[in-house]
Amino acid sequence: MSKPSMINAENLTKRFGDYTAVDSVTLHVDKGEVFGFLGPNGAGKTTTVRMLACLVSKSSGSATIGDYEIANREDQPRIRMMTGLLTENVGLYEELSAYDNLDFYGRYYKLGEQRRKERIEYLLKLLELWDRKDAAAGTFSKGMKQKLAIARALIHDPEVLFLDEPTANLDPEASKTVRDFILELKKEKRTIFLNTHLLDEAERVCDRVAILKTKLVTTGSPQDLRRSLTGRKVKIQLQRVDEAVISSVGEIGYQIVESTPDSIVVSLKDPEEENPAILRAVQKAGGNVVFVTEVGSSLEDVYLKLVRGE
Amino acid sequence: MDLQSAWNVCMKDLKIYRKKTSVIYATVAMPLIVGVGFPLIIDYALHKPSRALTAAAVPGLMDSFSIWFIIAATVIPTAIASYSIVGEKIQKSLEPMLATPMSDGDILLGKTLSALLIPIGALYTGSIAFMGLLDHFTRGLLGYYYYPNWHMGAILLAVPFAALLSVEVNVVVSSRMTDVRGAQQSGALLMLPFLGVFLASEVGFFALNDTNLLIIAGVLAALSAAMFAVARATFQREEILTRWK
Repeated sequence: MSKPSMINAENLTKRFGDYTAVDSVTLHVDKGEVFGFLGPNGAGKTTTVRMLACLVSKSSGSATIGDYEIANREDQPRIRMMTGLLTENVGLYEELSAYDNLDFYGRYYKLGEQRRKERIEYLLKLLELWDRKDAAAGTFSKGMKQKLAIARALIHDPEVLFLDEPTANLDPEASKTVRDFILELKKEKRTIFLNTHLLDEAERVCDRVAILKTKLVTTGSPQDLRRSLTGRKVKIQLQRVDEAVISSVGEIGYQIVESTPDSIVVSLKDPEEENPAILRAVQKAGGNVVFVTEVGSSLEDVYLKLVRGE
Repeated sequence: MDLQSAWNVCMKDLKIYRKKTSVIYATVAMPLIVGVGFPLIIDYALHKPSRALTAAAVPGLMDSFSIWFIIAATVIPTAIASYSIVGEKIQKSLEPMLATPMSDGDILLGKTLSALLIPIGALYTGSIAFMGLLDHFTRGLLGYYYYPNWHMGAILLAVPFAALLSVEVNVVVSSRMTDVRGAQQSGALLMLPFLGVFLASEVGFFALNDTNLLIIAGVLAALSAAMFAVARATFQREEILTRWK
């Protein structure tokens, strides 16, 4: 049985005058899934999130969050109540303390006083900001501000979290902290919609990714995308590669895509099924196998191929 | 509209203003000048050896000075309203707020309240000082307490509407501005027609008597309501995120 979808978009489109920012995007994000939305700057990622978070209207198509329709005015406050948004710019009240920043957002989401106190303490401790709770947000480092902004997006314990470029402009250490926190959120089975242009980040945290270039180019798990677009490859490390070894692989119908004095890379469809036959042929031709490993194309290869047509 | 949500926005803004010395100075300066400075000028004139100020001229002068409470009501909210909108645009803190369940109207009402309460409070406090000091300074000369009177009542009635008009003009102006000072300067231009009315009355084109002041208060009420509707139309989530500079 398939998981229930939390975010559904059908031909979602946004036009600004003659300019089409998002063109007929259809996607489905399961409950508890971390969904990566990849694309270059200007691809329409932020506009898509803004439509889904009911911040800007759609031009055509439809989308639902849970049971609620984004274009329905009565549903919009319900959608905002069940979603949290980390905007690309943290947008904190710099003059106010970390505690007050969260407290006011708790009020905006109509949390009672006791609940606000509990959530603020829980989130600030979780993000290791509790000791600085009374310090003005303006005195925080970029990484701390980003963490505080994430806490703000989570203050009302939303089912769906939209993260727009959560590690943009952060140093590697702060990026790692934020990424680790996203992985923690993933364990809570929260639905996370992650806008990013960082492929490494998407690969590390996302169950599935979609690549957007105004139109949706493709959707799938990072592994599936790599395999579907660049096929699978196996590297066979040998003590020595000679003509007999190379011929043996060709004779059983496989193509060697790369060869060095002590290794060959073979392109195939299903390594689990086909590896034994290849290894038998290689060994029969006198090759001494040291190890066998699958060579993965990176998501970056896939991305560049799809976005730039490389 | 949800008044609790609007109040939350207002409280947040007020908490921020408390930490902004420029906002505090801008709020306190004019009520202090009008409420304390003007009475001191009259007191000084009364005690000059030449005795240039006669008992007959004093009420007119006090009435003229009191008009400045309306003029100040158009200026003081400028400092706060501009910061409230443009400041948030600069800090990029509007988008996260717009992602909450609060309606556009709740947010606008909260911001309007926060920009109104301090100036009105400051001006009313200033008016108490103004009336108290002038009564103290002129009681001996006039033989009676001049304040409170209907003239001042009409002025204090017009003050909130003038301030509200100023706030809403600033919301609209701020939507097109990207720096606080520019928004303040543009918003402060609203003072000019009021200044024009004041000068016209001073040179005798018409009298700013109780009746005319009540008419002005009525016109301001209508204008501020209309301007709130314009500001409401400007302060839309999509408009803010996609069209505001």
